[in-house]
Amino acid sequence: MSPLQLCLILSSLLFCVGLVGALARSNTILVLLGIELMLNAANLNFIAFWRYGPHPAAGTGVIFVLFTIAVAAAEAAVGIALVIAVHRHRKSVRLQEAASLKG
Amino acid sequence: MSLPVQHLWLIPALPLAAAAVGALTPRSGRTLAAGAAIATMAGAFLLACLALGGALDFPAAHQVLNFAWFDLGATSLRLGLLLDPLTAFMCVMVTFVSLLIFIFSTGYMKADANAKQFFCFLSLFAAAMLGLIIANSLLLLFVCWELVGLASYLLIGFWFHKPAAAAAAKKAFITTRIGDLGFLLGLLWLQDAQGTLLFYDGGHGILESAALANLTHLLPCGLAASTAIGLLIFCGAIGKSGQFPLHVWLPDAMEGPTPVSALIHAATMVAAGVFLIARVYPLMAADQLLANVPVHALTVVAFIGAITALMGALIAVAQNDIKRILAFSTVSQLGYMMLAIGVGSWVAAIFHLLTHAFFKALLFLGAGSVIHAAHHEQDIRRLGGLRPKMKVTFATFAIGMMALSGVPFLFSGFWSKEAILHAAHGWEVSSLPFYAAVLGVVLTAFYMTRLVAEVFYGAPRSDEASHAHENSPAMTVPLVILAACSILFSLLAWPSPWLQHQLDPSAHSESGDMSLVLPSIVLVALGLGAGWAYYGRRPRTKAESPDPLDRYAPGLMAALANRLGFDELYAATVGRLSSGFATLAAFLEVFVWDGAVRFLAGLGELSGLVSRENDEAGFNAGFDAGSKTLRDTGVAYSKAQTGDAHGYLRTLALGFVLLLILVILGGAR
Repeated sequence: MSPLQLCLILSSLLFCVGLVGALARSNTILVLLGIELMLNAANLNFIAFWRYGPHPAAGTGVIFVLFTIAVAAAEAAVGIALVIAVHRHRKSVRLQEAASLKG
Repeated sequence: MSLPVQHLWLIPALPLAAAAVGALTPRSGRTLAAGAAIATMAGAFLLACLALGGALDFPAAHQVLNFAWFDLGATSLRLGLLLDPLTAFMCVMVTFVSLLIFIFSTGYMKADANAKQFFCFLSLFAAAMLGLIIANSLLLLFVCWELVGLASYLLIGFWFHKPAAAAAAKKAFITTRIGDLGFLLGLLWLQDAQGTLLFYDGGHGILESAALANLTHLLPCGLAASTAIGLLIFCGAIGKSGQFPLHVWLPDAMEGPTPVSALIHAATMVAAGVFLIARVYPLMAADQLLANVPVHALTVVAFIGAITALMGALIAVAQNDIKRILAFSTVSQLGYMMLAIGVGSWVAAIFHLLTHAFFKALLFLGAGSVIHAAHHEQDIRRLGGLRPKMKVTFATFAIGMMALSGVPFLFSGFWSKEAILHAAHGWEVSSLPFYAAVLGVVLTAFYMTRLVAEVFYGAPRSDEASHAHENSPAMTVPLVILAACSILFSLLAWPSPWLQHQLDPSAHSESGDMSLVLPSIVLVALGLGAGWAYYGRRPRTKAESPDPLDRYAPGLMAALANRLGFDELYAATVGRLSSGFATLAAFLEVFVWDGAVRFLAGLGELSGLVSRENDEAGFNAGFDAGSKTLRDTGVAYSKAQTGDAHGYLRTLALGFVLLLILVILGGAR
């Protein structure tokens, strides 16, 4: 197996772990952690495709990942702030209980 | 020193200003209102005297001041002021008599809470009359004429809380309005025919010979145009001066306060009609030279005057209210004035108007003094014995009574009445008016003797009369002044007819013709003697005892006491006709016009109902159904919003996987 395929398999596994965490945990912070894992799996793919792609000298993959990390940090900040606000309001961070927008 | 015609407007403007002051002061400002009224009237009197001085310098001239009021297209409507001896004498008389009546009113209206308004109305009344006198335009005269009518309405109905006073005011206003309609028609006709309403305008005025010649053509009905116009204008005078058949308002006008009666009967209201006819005398006389006309305007005036003179005197004999006797006496005397104009001597009419103003004001103020003293008792049967208690009032009232009766030589009434009798005697058309006037003289002396005997002689026949006492100087001093004038005015006619000469210098002098004096003295003596024989010799003892004349002709006396049934006649004919019209109009209103309106309204209502049904069953139902579907869909779809974040994520993941499979399969293919 080529290194690229190995990297892709690793990132797929990482993605699945993140997905399961996001879907199965009821603690909102842990759901956020799962989402971060999925993001990082995607970042791993960017790096792998850049490193083993046709123009490894261009540096595009690294720049892309740097942007993604920055955006993910911002997203995490907003997500954590939301979680804190919900906790203040409900004294709980269980995701199932925050269902007041139900139709 | 004299008042030029340019400043003549000041004479009516002064009392008008007093009326404004009276209208603007609060109710407590009665002293101010009365003071303003008296002060301005005194000023107007002085100005009128100055104007008289100016007018007498040129007795034959008509000094005019004409000015354009406004333009109507190419024609210009012009008004003007006129100063001639007629105007000047009337101004002096009106201001002087009004002044005395105003002074008297301060005593008479002492107890009335609304006195300041009274003085406001009095000033307005006098201002309107003065404006009427100085007008050089029939239009301006008509405007003031109507203002006089308005002021009389306000004053007759001054005690409007009394139903009788309110009704009398209404009656006076409406009755005179009937005559005014004729006046207005005549005025419009004249404007149409002549293009101007100025009396004197340097040869173009309606009273000047050039214009009068335009009116001599005959109308289809046979009358000359000037006759028709003259008679229409005379209608106004009939209404205003209480001539037969529109005299009915004048006695009822007694419901007003007594100073108002004095003002109406002496200086302002009723004098206006006589003044008007004297003013337009050239117009009235324009048809005299036409031979082939059925009737001359002046002939009608003479006969109406004679009928009024005799009828008023007859009715006065049988009245029991002190003011009503005087009212019918005024009707009778106005008849004399009209008679004098009708027989061609407007100068005699104005002479009688001037003397009559003084002694009739005197009589009315004397009556007011009696009424005030006797606590508003006006029935002569319940008065009596006032002579020792009210010496001044008695003496002055007796002078007025003798002046009115025409007691010879000393009293002004004798000379003016003499002038009228003389003129009537010389009339070629008919001698009937002369005999009516002669009979009127006897009756006048008779009813005035009756009045004085009943009120002042005998014993008091009620508590009010026995507690009467003389009034304050504010009321007695005007009486004394008027009494003095009633005597002094003899000097105007005797030893030479000075006044007549001043009023109409062109008329040939008829002095020295004393042929009628002796019969006249006999007639007056007859009336006085009969009156004294029936009422003075054996005065009535009780208020309920019957009148001596009732024994001789009870039917006639009852008819006269009922004022010959004119009121009933008008109520049965004119009144019924107009109420019939009113009923018809009410019927039409309720059933025909109202029905039509209701029908249209019903149509509208019906169409509204139909369109509402359409709306609800058609459009609304469609919209309702559409929006219900929309809402149900919304409800169904909103079920997908579970609020469960894991659910959303699962759906997201599932969808992603499905998309992935599709892409892979698609890519494989």
